[in-house]
Amino acid sequence: MSRMNRRQILVGSAATLALPALIGRAAAQDGPLNVGFVYVGPIGDYGWSHAHDEARKKAQEHFGDKIKTNYVENVAEGPDAERVIRQLAQQGNKLIFTTSFGFMNPTIKVAKQFPDVHFEHATGYKTADNVGIYNARFYEGRAVIGTIAGMMSKSGKAGYVGSVPIPEVVRGINAFTLAAQKVNPDFTTQVVWVNSWYDPAKEADAAKALIDQGCDIISQHTDSPAPLQAAEQRGVYAFGQASNMIDFAPKAHLTAITDNWGPYYIDQIQKQLDGEWAPGNIWWGIEKGLVGIAPYNDIMPADVKEAADKVKNGIASGEIHPFAGPITDQSGEVKVPEGDTIPDEQLLGLDWYVKGVQS
Amino acid sequence: MRLRLEPRREASRAMLYGTPVLAVALTVLAGILIFSLMGYDGLAAIYQIFVAPIADPYRWQDLFVKAAPLITIALGLAIGFRANVWNIGAEGQYIVGALAGTGVALATWDMQGYWILPAMVAAGILGGLLWAAIPAFLKTRFNVNEILTSLMLTYVAVQLLYYLMRGPWRDPEGYGFPQTRLFSEWQTLPTVVQGTLVHLGVPVAFFLAIAVWIVLSRTVTGFQVRVVGLAPQAARYGGFSARGTVWLTLLTSGAFAGLAGIFEAAGPFQQMTPQFSVNYGFTAIIVAFLGRLHPLGIVLAGMVLAVSYVGGENAQTALGLPYAATGMFQAMMLFFLLAVDILVRYRLRVVVPADLSRPVEARHPPARQAETGAHVSSTPIDKQRESLSA
Repeated sequence: MSRMNRRQILVGSAATLALPALIGRAAAQDGPLNVGFVYVGPIGDYGWSHAHDEARKKAQEHFGDKIKTNYVENVAEGPDAERVIRQLAQQGNKLIFTTSFGFMNPTIKVAKQFPDVHFEHATGYKTADNVGIYNARFYEGRAVIGTIAGMMSKSGKAGYVGSVPIPEVVRGINAFTLAAQKVNPDFTTQVVWVNSWYDPAKEADAAKALIDQGCDIISQHTDSPAPLQAAEQRGVYAFGQASNMIDFAPKAHLTAITDNWGPYYIDQIQKQLDGEWAPGNIWWGIEKGLVGIAPYNDIMPADVKEAADKVKNGIASGEIHPFAGPITDQSGEVKVPEGDTIPDEQLLGLDWYVKGVQS
Repeated sequence: MRLRLEPRREASRAMLYGTPVLAVALTVLAGILIFSLMGYDGLAAIYQIFVAPIADPYRWQDLFVKAAPLITIALGLAIGFRANVWNIGAEGQYIVGALAGTGVALATWDMQGYWILPAMVAAGILGGLLWAAIPAFLKTRFNVNEILTSLMLTYVAVQLLYYLMRGPWRDPEGYGFPQTRLFSEWQTLPTVVQGTLVHLGVPVAFFLAIAVWIVLSRTVTGFQVRVVGLAPQAARYGGFSARGTVWLTLLTSGAFAGLAGIFEAAGPFQQMTPQFSVNYGFTAIIVAFLGRLHPLGIVLAGMVLAVSYVGGENAQTALGLPYAATGMFQAMMLFFLLAVDILVRYRLRVVVPADLSRPVEARHPPARQAETGAHVSSTPIDKQRESLSA
């Protein structure tokens, strides 16, 4: 490489095209398997990216010196992500996990340039010969905390700190509201969007505004503990996001939906090591343990814990479907008749809110 | 023996161009020290951040692609800053320019033809220009401070972006995700170096740098901009319109930002997403000042910032350096740049101990103090800095 001059590199399209492949192959020959991770937030967010990084550590621990994991945190969704993913591929990572929806098109683009590198993209919908996708049914967890919210809220009004209105977030808001309405039919959910996955200052402001408007329970689909801390200060209840956040709000934190990616990562890395990796498309929930519920706060009365467990176990066994009819939308139109459920294809692109959601 | 800061008679040209280099050098030294104290290999960290991106030819394309929008926006801003017109809202003009171009792209989505991309670029330029026209109008008509209006319009632009992505412009086949379709091949910027990511926006940025340089240093318009910034009274006496200069500089910087916006959308993004805004418009302000408001300096400064971004990612994968450390590294560079700036107008003098025995008056002759008071800044950039601190 040192003998190539600038012109050869820049003008010789063949040389530049071949370069990634050459470097990739060179790095793959000996030593541990390199596995790359791309995070949208900082690993210290104690939310989404933190959960992915905990899973990375588990995988590293599990495989010891058979693998080497590399990660880049706080990667902006767009061309920056493309650069980072390409860089990881070029540095010899043979399996790369890109862990945010906005990394979808960048992942697909880079995957075309590196056909011998395997990619796993979280929460998207595009696949390729070397790109698999994986997602979790977080809405199942939302149904559990919605049940708790319905029982614990006195005003019957929850505040919901939303990030970006993508289907995953819409599903969460709807599942939460529907579950709470099973307890209290008049339950409403007020949503505030902060347009970011991780912005503690904005998240806290949103939570405070919601509390000022009379919400006495806060749920969040953003990644920092800031809304919880705001709830703790104002003396209302709230739920953690992605990991157990009880340390940040010992009194407000009722429970948290936890993301447990570790087993899936270990599975996929094992397949890569065995040469058996193939692009998949999984969407697991509580049953497979990908979505968990953190230990309940002792403040919660026994009947609330019991009701929450009942929903959790019902979902795991398949007896309860969080989107079972009848479901009416905001305009009052019946979207799902009694006895039906929303099928997965429609859930994937969900873009309407159920009655009782104020967004 | 001690060190004393002594005012210079004239701002030092050597220091004017030397201080950015000195700032980078100090950043490297401080970086080695801090990263070592944090328990990382300090030298390796600096190598990964500063050397690796340049040493690896495969990374060059990333540097150019990252630097191009920063350079393009900073060039436009520098023209305004030289004339004491403070457009802080380049980010908004960048977004609106990109949105205008995206509007053309979505309207022509199922069409073919070589005219589509130029139409998108023209719409981009126009979008940025019109967004900058609002502060220009308010400034010239009602004398409203353009710093406030241009900055606040950025937030309006961001909300406009969110609105369009969630509703009218959402990809109908995109499972409800708030982003537009991918642009067609007629709507994406061609790469100028085959097999790399280097798109048309890169040579355009370099071409613009040369064009701005010539216009600023060789034409009456350039002279007008500089004189209005340096000496408004003299400019008025000379028949240069302050109002005209506000319009000229704001529209130009808006057009440049809009151009950078549509290039970024049609190039690296190839679609519009709510994550389009990554604060290039604000980073470009740093680039403009790091480059001393000189077009060629801006090119260099843009490349230096691009190196620190790409290198920061290197350091994360190679050494596990946290993202915050690379942010700190960029902040240090700006801190040192501002700190060493003092050397342009002051010099460090070693005071010999023997001096202490002499009477105080002798060490501070009144004449010298008078001279300090009458010190006049002699370069446009000095003038800029004075107005900045004022």
